[in-house]
Amino acid sequence: MSTASARTPKLGVQAATKVYQTGSGDLLALDRCSLDVQSNEIVSIVGPSGCGKTTLLWSMSGLHRLTGGAILLDGKEITGPRPEIGIVFQEANLLPWRNLDANINFPFEIKGEKPDRAWIAHLLHRVGLDGFGGKFPRELSGGMQQRAAIVRALALKPSVLLMDEPFGALDSFTREEMNRLVEEIWLDTKTTIVFITHSIEEAIFLSDRVVVLTTRPGRVAKIYDVPFARPRSLEIMATKEVFDLTNRIKMDIVGERRPQAQQQPEHKSAEIVRIRP
Amino acid sequence: MSGGDAIPEFSKAKSGGDGQDVSLTNLSAFASGPGIKSGAEVAAILAVAVVIIGGIELALRLFHVPQYIMPPPSSIVYALFDEFPLIAPHLGYTLVELVSGFTIGAIVGLVMAAVITQFPFAEKIVAPYILILVTTPMLALVPLLILRFGFGYTPRIIAVALAAGPMVMINAATGFRRVDSAKIALARSYGASTLQIFWKIRAPMALPMILVGLMIGAIFGLLTAVGAEMVGGGFGLGNRLTSYSSMIQMPQFFAVVLILSTLGILIYVLFFLIGKKWASWET
Repeated sequence: MSTASARTPKLGVQAATKVYQTGSGDLLALDRCSLDVQSNEIVSIVGPSGCGKTTLLWSMSGLHRLTGGAILLDGKEITGPRPEIGIVFQEANLLPWRNLDANINFPFEIKGEKPDRAWIAHLLHRVGLDGFGGKFPRELSGGMQQRAAIVRALALKPSVLLMDEPFGALDSFTREEMNRLVEEIWLDTKTTIVFITHSIEEAIFLSDRVVVLTTRPGRVAKIYDVPFARPRSLEIMATKEVFDLTNRIKMDIVGERRPQAQQQPEHKSAEIVRIRP
Repeated sequence: MSGGDAIPEFSKAKSGGDGQDVSLTNLSAFASGPGIKSGAEVAAILAVAVVIIGGIELALRLFHVPQYIMPPPSSIVYALFDEFPLIAPHLGYTLVELVSGFTIGAIVGLVMAAVITQFPFAEKIVAPYILILVTTPMLALVPLLILRFGFGYTPRIIAVALAAGPMVMINAATGFRRVDSAKIALARSYGASTLQIFWKIRAPMALPMILVGLMIGAIFGLLTAVGAEMVGGGFGLGNRLTSYSSMIQMPQFFAVVLILSTLGILIYVLFFLIGKKWASWET
């Protein structure tokens, strides 16, 4: 990235290292993981399960403190939760004892601010949840719950949206619908998005760049540019370019799952691969 | 701080803690199975009651069972209405003991549960002593309390509080111990303080178990109040029981028993309805 040095990245991950203390000893989840996310970019992070994707995201959110290295938001180190960062969790994570309105008001309640009614109404309309404000999470489908969670995350107008495998529990049709919704919202707001997923198709459909992490301890193995024009149609997903890209990422991840002995030596620097459409 | 984070986990089984399968509705006879819905089911239940009560009435009269062994249901109902003006003040005394003792016990139990669950180490140390409090029948202390505080309300209210408090505490603690790391992370991501996390996440999550604790505590409180009244002092429903039985006034005796079981059912229904209104999100 020739221009990377010229501007400050929105999110700068610099040699992020995270050690968890468990009952059976220390667990190295992230090992000197480095990555820059530019403003208005959608970056997906994929990798073998348990590779530290979620750990990386939680560290970006300020919920987990790094053991080593730093993560910078607009050049300033993240040391705790920041209002500029919104999070969409796995399985919606709505509070089951609150109806949708009360769930969406939750961030404002914590901050002691008045909810921005007009903005929330706009968001609810955007995701197609008009008139569902009085419903409780258990009365809604998984997709609708996740839409509400997206509204909750966007209600405070964050400049970065972190999404942690948000659609992993949804069926594939709902998932495609949600992917289109995320793209629409991005076209609207141009919020910087970091998206964790284990679906390569989802990562390619949504992202400007796809980051492949190594198996634990997580490090950046490869970064792929996804240069297709937006809005992306489902037809694009059926082209040979996407098929080839999908397979290359898949092979990378499979390669990462091979036994330790066959792995590349340490300090492997991240490669950047570009695909021409 | 850095090493203290837990590995992010989202499995649903983890989020419930050890109290995950206990909720108010699980204890509810109304909610088990299909529930009582149709008029035919209600009619069937009433029919069974009529058959049983009628059968007892008939058998007692047929075999000329003397009243002091077992009075027929009709004379119990008659005694209930006939003696009610005399029993009513005693019902009032018992309710005073129950409500004040239960309130004190419940508040202390709730506060202690909320505090000790914040400190897992302290909880480990305190746990065996709480177990002693829960398992010891507080009735055993009533003679001692009477010696110390006399025959008034005081020893009874203390006994009720001692019986209800630990029940509330042990159940509420189970509720507070349920940790859903994703929900706490959600609150923390908006910069929530420990106090906000307690009131907005932990307390609502604990509510179903708190209600179970309050219900069990109230029933134990009723038991202890009546027991304490039987031990000593000249008033209260328990005192009526000992008094009527010593005078072999069995219809009146059973009328008091009937009032006590109604009280117990009312306690149950009260907490069941509260649970249905405020804690039904869980099921």
